[in-house]
Amino acid sequence: MKMKSLLLSLGLLAGASAVQAEDPLKVGFVYVGPVGDLGWSYEHDLGRIGLEEHFGDKVETTYVENVPEGADAERVITQLAKAGNDLIFTTSFGFMNPTVKVAKRFPKVTFEHATGYKRSRNVGTYVLRTYEGRYVSGVAAGMMTKTNTIGYIASFPIPEVIRDINTVYMAAKKVNPDVKIKIVWVNSWYDPGKETDAANALMDQGVDILIQHTDSPAPQIAAEKRGMRSIGQASNMSKFAPEAHMFSVRDNWTPYYVSVAEAVMNNTWKPSDYWGGFKEDMLTIESINPNLPADVKAKIEETYAVIKSGELKPFTGPIKDNKGNTVVPEGHSLTDEELAQVNWYVEGITDEIPR
Amino acid sequence: MDADLITQILFAAIKTGTPLLFIALGEVICEKSGILNLGQEGMMLMGAVLGFLAAYTTGSMGLGVLAAMIMGSFMSLIFAVLVLQLGANQVATGLALTIFGTGLSAFVGSGVVGQTIQGFTPIAIPLLSDIPYLGEILFKHDILVYLSFAITIALYFVVNKTRVGLTLKAVGENPNAANAIGIKVLQVRYLAIMFGGAMAGISGAYMSLVYTPMWVENMTAGRGWIALALVVFASWRIGRIMLGAYLFGLASIMHLVLQGLGWSISPNLLAMLPYMATVIVMVIISADHFKEKLLAPRSLGKPFDPRNMA
Repeated sequence: MKMKSLLLSLGLLAGASAVQAEDPLKVGFVYVGPVGDLGWSYEHDLGRIGLEEHFGDKVETTYVENVPEGADAERVITQLAKAGNDLIFTTSFGFMNPTVKVAKRFPKVTFEHATGYKRSRNVGTYVLRTYEGRYVSGVAAGMMTKTNTIGYIASFPIPEVIRDINTVYMAAKKVNPDVKIKIVWVNSWYDPGKETDAANALMDQGVDILIQHTDSPAPQIAAEKRGMRSIGQASNMSKFAPEAHMFSVRDNWTPYYVSVAEAVMNNTWKPSDYWGGFKEDMLTIESINPNLPADVKAKIEETYAVIKSGELKPFTGPIKDNKGNTVVPEGHSLTDEELAQVNWYVEGITDEIPR
Repeated sequence: MDADLITQILFAAIKTGTPLLFIALGEVICEKSGILNLGQEGMMLMGAVLGFLAAYTTGSMGLGVLAAMIMGSFMSLIFAVLVLQLGANQVATGLALTIFGTGLSAFVGSGVVGQTIQGFTPIAIPLLSDIPYLGEILFKHDILVYLSFAITIALYFVVNKTRVGLTLKAVGENPNAANAIGIKVLQVRYLAIMFGGAMAGISGAYMSLVYTPMWVENMTAGRGWIALALVVFASWRIGRIMLGAYLFGLASIMHLVLQGLGWSISPNLLAMLPYMATVIVMVIISADHFKEKLLAPRSLGKPFDPRNMA
């Protein structure tokens, strides 16, 4: 894969851009981590493979992994567009501006950016309702913590992460009024060494349940080593921590990738902001550890079911932020647009969002 | 912050500093012989991947460490042949070695990405680990940490108290004079470079077998570069390297610890600390030109060709 990214960067693949009508739909993917992260990028790649399996010869996919967010991303996306891809998925928040910029120069190419909020004529966005999974995580963590302290390994202070921290805390507090949350920012999506350091720093300070918003299984391993508990992120991480792992909230991108490719093939694609969660099976709860107490297991299933059915919407008012302002009025549930702009901590989180 | 927390932080600082200690000890020996090897990161990554592969396939951690050491010295041998035999530029060759090692390790390790192994288990040393605080901090580690203690002490002794140490320094200070009195300069440098490679290999193994017992691309995350700065920071002295490694280790976890405690200092600012410290030390050292010359091995980075000797 290194080779491919090298060739791309040299523009050597750019020659193959002549697209004929009967040619397969060429789909490119840009990943922020290595496919082998066994987390975020791994699941996107499973989505890509699912797309190939669904359409067979009708699609042709390529991917570039380990793309840093920033100037390099723009170069990689440009090269993918030049190489004749008809549809390009850019799968990390930091690819937002590069995607929009490149899309302007390639009006005939369709772009889909994950987790962002900037759209244009040929750029759509898609995002997971990860907070639904976090709600289940918060409930389980709140029930299981003995020290009443949950640790959250956070990546970057963007709305998605802040929203998920809030959800974990609100859910945990529902089942355990004394619960506290400790948040550590590692400023990376994927850095096993730093994630381990963060996990240990949190456990040193009395945390006994680790929730991660980073992509490597390192925090799971750290929790296992010290006999604490953890919840898997993005992918099924149970094998890394047979004892510690409570369950994983897995991302499932295949249904969306198939539907977008189909729309592009049929010329029915329009830019939109797509949100998928439990209901669409784009988020799933996997490998609930048999060593959990029966009531916790039951509560996990129950919470999953009420969110899936739409009965429970985590961001339903009244909700106050930790400065005392009402951010969600009584009777209102945040719309998708509002969810994408959450930049406050809920009441009770004694911390400040780093700026 | 209570005493227990401080103990745990210092314990973690030693763990974080250990890979830096290994690799910096290797590099300082190499530099003392007059050779600057910037290929640390590449050698470390190759050591990490080979160590993991060996431990994963055989199930033996010892073999993993051994494989990492052999791989590290093999990588450094490539460097040695290029700079000693062929007189290639040390800086350029070292950089090439880093780039080569980064790519090759990703390629070699692609099959085992995401696999895990058990890793070394910590051993509490009887009696010593019962010392209040100090025992908790120093003597409840895994065997590689103890190995790093032993190597530091051994190197301190060898460099400062033995003929071998004198020979090494002679070669690094003035290779022409050393050659004139019959020291085989190139041979000494070969050995020093390969020792550095082996240490980089162990350092890599520490990352992939102990620190995060798994292999992922580029997992050393720039530690090889920090080690290079550390050697300058320690002004080429063994004892200071140990101290510096733990200081750097502490600095690199401190921003995570403080966040958990609810300090509202920008984590980005804190993450910068180890690098800031290096820059400051570099400035202090280079401010006094005479002192700088006194501290660094005088022939550092300069090629030596015995065939040019009159």
